[in-house]
Amino acid sequence: MTGIIEIDNLSKEYGGGTKALSNVSMSIEEGEIIALLGPNGAGKTTLISIICGLVVPTGGSVRVGGYDIGKDWRAARKLIGLVPQEIALEPFETVLNCVRFTRGLYGEGPDDAYIEQVLRSLALWEKRNAATKELSGGMKRRVLIAKALAHRPKVLFLDEPTAGVDVALRREMWQVVEGLRRDGVTIILTTHYLEEAEEMADRIGVINKGQLLLVKPKDELMGEFGGKTLRIELDEPLQAIPSELAGRGLVLAPDGLEISYDYDTRAERTGIARLLGDLAAQGITVRDVSTRQSSLEEVFITLVQEDRAEKAENAA
Amino acid sequence: MMAEINWPGVWAIFHHEMMRFFRTIWQSLASPVVSTVLYFVVFGAAIGGRIQSVEGVPYGAFIVPGLMMLTVLQQSVSNASFGIYFPKFSGTIYEYLVSPVGWVEVTMGFVGAAAAKAILIALIILLTSFGFVGVHILHPFWMLAFLFLTALGFSLLGFILGLWAKSFEQLQIVPMMVITPLVFLGGAFYSASMLPPFWEAVAKLNPVLYLISGFRWSFFGLADVPVGVSLVAVAIFIGICFAIIRWIFMTGWRLRE
Repeated sequence: MTGIIEIDNLSKEYGGGTKALSNVSMSIEEGEIIALLGPNGAGKTTLISIICGLVVPTGGSVRVGGYDIGKDWRAARKLIGLVPQEIALEPFETVLNCVRFTRGLYGEGPDDAYIEQVLRSLALWEKRNAATKELSGGMKRRVLIAKALAHRPKVLFLDEPTAGVDVALRREMWQVVEGLRRDGVTIILTTHYLEEAEEMADRIGVINKGQLLLVKPKDELMGEFGGKTLRIELDEPLQAIPSELAGRGLVLAPDGLEISYDYDTRAERTGIARLLGDLAAQGITVRDVSTRQSSLEEVFITLVQEDRAEKAENAA
Repeated sequence: MMAEINWPGVWAIFHHEMMRFFRTIWQSLASPVVSTVLYFVVFGAAIGGRIQSVEGVPYGAFIVPGLMMLTVLQQSVSNASFGIYFPKFSGTIYEYLVSPVGWVEVTMGFVGAAAAKAILIALIILLTSFGFVGVHILHPFWMLAFLFLTALGFSLLGFILGLWAKSFEQLQIVPMMVITPLVFLGGAFYSASMLPPFWEAVAKLNPVLYLISGFRWSFFGLADVPVGVSLVAVAIFIGICFAIIRWIFMTGWRLRE
């Protein structure tokens, strides 16, 4: 099955010879949320800018809904909505006129009922007659989303939607995205907040130095790279790990009241049952047990480090 | 090609630009009207009273086409250049680049609105002049045609200027340093035939002379150069501007990375 976006061998080299993207290929399925993750300057924004038409690629091709973004640019662009990273709005224009204007640019006739629905869903209806310069930063960002949705796009690009946004507003933004997913909009977002990708995405693509290191379903990625840690709280503090329990990688907390044990969820035996049995045999009383999965942040750092190590090796 | 044009897109841009004009309608209209009145008082009444007539036309009436042209040129260039420069400045230019509008739609929207505003202001100046001098228009159709073509040509030029400019200073320097001198030296307030032969030849290198001359002919039937030459000159100018704009959008110069 072909995806709603097919990216094939996409490259971008700037005048000075800087390679912003190198041979990126990926397929994005209709209705999914995909997060593009990477450090600053990794090439995330370049990638979505090419798909949207802001940057001209130096190699490769992109098809959106089957339309080539170069040859059939009109048809391709009608399917796309873009929420840019920087807040850019006409300061003296009202919210309603801003959204109407964008709808017109996309060749759509007026549809005030739909615009009302969009503005209400983004909690902007009350502000429809306010000039955009009077709005708060969070509201301005929502106006940008409303504009991007004005022509009912099938694909929505959110470039760093919560950059510089406070925690409450970030949650609010996630809810907006969740609502869009329910409406069947395919969403591609770039972020360097790992929490955001973890919270929202179905799949995660990791970009570093213009290369797509991998694209995987979030759960698979976390499972593959993410070991789990078992934390065992004790009733009485221990001076040291008993020699009978050595060789299992157990770590005792400085206060002697907690033992942590790393294990691999994919292994045939995790060793948890045996460990708990052995603790009981040693007369160590367990108060509580909990597990913790490594965060995407750790997964991400591992990936980028592996990539660097590999490149250093290849260079040597 | 026509079937491909995104007309709602053209209308959205045109309407948006015109709304900006109407939001500040009094500023937009007051300044050209006030300066025109001043020109009539100074050149028409104070100095014109001593000049009597130029080639049989009272001096006050003689300068009307020149004044209208001066305003059309200035307004066309500044409206169109500001119109496209402002989205570049505020960052909203991205919308035009990601939406299904091409160079034809963007140009029609911005240039159409800039030209419409300039024509409107020129007609208001004409109405104002009726209050000072008796102006009879010999060829009303050609008067409107010249007005339209000039507004179109210089709005295109302004549009190129706005695409090129990287700062507000650059945006202002061209109208100030180029357009205004060309108009003054293009015979807005005199006939080129009043100049010594050498300077008359130099003046004929000035493209604006052909516009003012053609425009004045539509009023009084008097021209420094044949009307056909004026029309061809305007047509060539418009053609060159279109070609430059097309090139800018096709290559993405100063628009896309």
